[in-house]
Amino acid sequence: MKILVPVKRVIDYNVKPRVKADGTGVDLANVKMSMNPFDEIAVEEAIRLKEAGKAEEIIAISVGPAKAAETLRTALAMGADRAILVETDAEVEPLAVAKILKAIVGEENPGLVILGKQAIDDDSNQTGQMLAALLGRPQGTFANKIDIDGDSVAVTREVDGGLETVKLTLPAIVTTDLRLNEPRYASLPNIMKAKKKQLDTKSPADYGVDITPRLKTLKVSEPPVRSAGIKIADVDALVAKLKEMGVA
Amino acid sequence: MKTLVWVEHDNAVVKDATLAVVTAAAKLGEVHLLVAGSGCRAVADAAAQIAGVGKVHLADNAAYEHGLAENVAPLVAELMGHHDAFVVPATSTGKNIAPRVAALLDVMQISDILSVEGEKTFTRPIYAGNAIATVESSDAKLVVTVRGTAFAKAEATGGSGVVEDVAGAGDAGLSSFVGAELAKSERPELTSAKIIVSGGRALKDSETFEQVIMPLADKLGAAVGASRAAVDAGYVPNDYQVGQTGKIVAPEVYIAVGISGAIQHLAGMKDSKTIIAINKDEDAPIFQVADIGLVADLFNAVPELTGKL
Repeated sequence: MKILVPVKRVIDYNVKPRVKADGTGVDLANVKMSMNPFDEIAVEEAIRLKEAGKAEEIIAISVGPAKAAETLRTALAMGADRAILVETDAEVEPLAVAKILKAIVGEENPGLVILGKQAIDDDSNQTGQMLAALLGRPQGTFANKIDIDGDSVAVTREVDGGLETVKLTLPAIVTTDLRLNEPRYASLPNIMKAKKKQLDTKSPADYGVDITPRLKTLKVSEPPVRSAGIKIADVDALVAKLKEMGVA
Repeated sequence: MKTLVWVEHDNAVVKDATLAVVTAAAKLGEVHLLVAGSGCRAVADAAAQIAGVGKVHLADNAAYEHGLAENVAPLVAELMGHHDAFVVPATSTGKNIAPRVAALLDVMQISDILSVEGEKTFTRPIYAGNAIATVESSDAKLVVTVRGTAFAKAEATGGSGVVEDVAGAGDAGLSSFVGAELAKSERPELTSAKIIVSGGRALKDSETFEQVIMPLADKLGAAVGASRAAVDAGYVPNDYQVGQTGKIVAPEVYIAVGISGAIQHLAGMKDSKTIIAINKDEDAPIFQVADIGLVADLFNAVPELTGKL
C-alpha cells in the first residue's frame, strides 16, 4: 500500500517566537525554519512501515510557499519516495489543507495517511480529523503505537487518562503523538540522493480547492509577561513561604 | 445564539472539564448540552443540574460508549442543524471529535479559546502560547474548543435543564474500541488540582522520581506532573506530561522540580498562580517565570522539604 505523509514548514521548535510590533503576526524573517516535529515523527513511522514490508511507497506532501520544497527534500532524505508541493504564498487553514489532501488521496489511493497531530505554529490540531471526516474514513489520533494487521490497523492513542487502543478499518487516517518513535537524521548520501527524487509542484487550483480563509486574524499580541520573582536561600525559607500561602 | 456543549464524562459522572465550557458557551448564548454515551442517563440527569443549562440532549447507544469520533461526529453534525455553535472542552476527547464535526459542517474550527470577545470573535494561543491571536469567524456556524483553565467553572448544581432523548445513526462501522490502560491514582487530577508537583529529567529514573516527587506530592495533597523529557525517558506515563502538547494546567501552586523550563513546558503551566522552582542550575529558564526560586540540589532539598512540612 501507499502511505501519504503531509508535512509543514514551521518555525524551528528551539526558536522563541517574537510578535511583530504592528500586531499582524509573528516575525518569521531570518528565523530558522524546520519540518514540524510531529510531521517528522509521521515521516519516520511511514519509513518504518515500509521497512517492515507493510508499505511500498511513501509520498510526502506539503501545502505552502516555494521554500516548503526544502521541507519535502528533508522528508525525501529521510526515506520518502517522492513528493508533491502544493505551492501557495497564502496562509492555508486546516480545513482547506484537508480539502487539498482529500483531492490528492483521490488520485493516489493510499492505505494510510499519517499526519502530525498539530503544527507548532498555529497549534490547531485539526487537519487529520478534518481529512478523515471529508473522506468518511476512520481516524486514529495522537498515536503512540501503530500496528497494521491485514485490512485493519490498531492505533494506541495518548489520551488524558493514559492510553487507549482503537481498531480502524483500512484505509485510515492516523495522527502522531510524541512517543510514536524517534525520527532518524538523514545521512549525507541520502541527502544527496533526495535531490534526484521526484518532486511535483502543483497549486491549490489544480485540485479545485478554494483556500479563502474562514477566520480573520484581527490582531496578534504578546501574552501577559510573567516576571521573575525572588530567589530564596534555603529549604526553611521555602517552608515559610508555603505556610504563608496556606498550602502547608 | 443556541450553543451545543459536549459533556465530558465516563458514562457515570460529569467531568469537571465540562463546567468551564458551560461558562464559555454562556457568553455566546443559550446553553444546551449533549451527553453521548452508553448507559449514561445518570450523567444527563447530573448535567441538567449545572447552573444555566437549558436542554440536555441524551444519546444513549452502545456505539457512543467510548466517544469514537466516527460514530459521534455525525450525531453532533445532525444536532447542529438547529444549533449555532458546538462548544467543546480542549481535552483529548474534544480535540479528537470537534474537527471531525467542523469538517462535516464545512466550518473552520477555532481551537483552544482563551476568551470570548464577541459573537464570532475569540482569542486563542498560537506558537505554544508565545503569541495570542484574536480571530473572527466568517462561518455560519461555530465549532470551538475551550481551554478549561481560561474560564471559571459553572456551578455544578442549581440548574434545571430538561433531558430529551435523541437518536443517532449509531455505529458507522469504521472503528471499534479495543481497550484502555488508564492510570489509577488516589491523587487529584492534574487539570483540576490546586497544587501540582512536577518533575523533570534531573530525576534520573522512574524509581528516583517515585522516591523524591511522590512523598512531597502526598504531603501537599498535590497532583503529580512531569516535563516531556521525564515522560520520554520513561520515568512516568504520558498522561503526566504538562506542556504545549500535553496537559495545560493552572493550579494555585506549581512546584517545578529539576525542570529546566523549555518554552514547550512553560506553555503548559505559566498561568499557574504561584510558580516555585527548585533547580541546581541558577541560569535555568524556569527561574525567569518562577515567583519563588530555590537554587539547590533537588536530591537534598526535596526530601528536606518533605520532612519539614
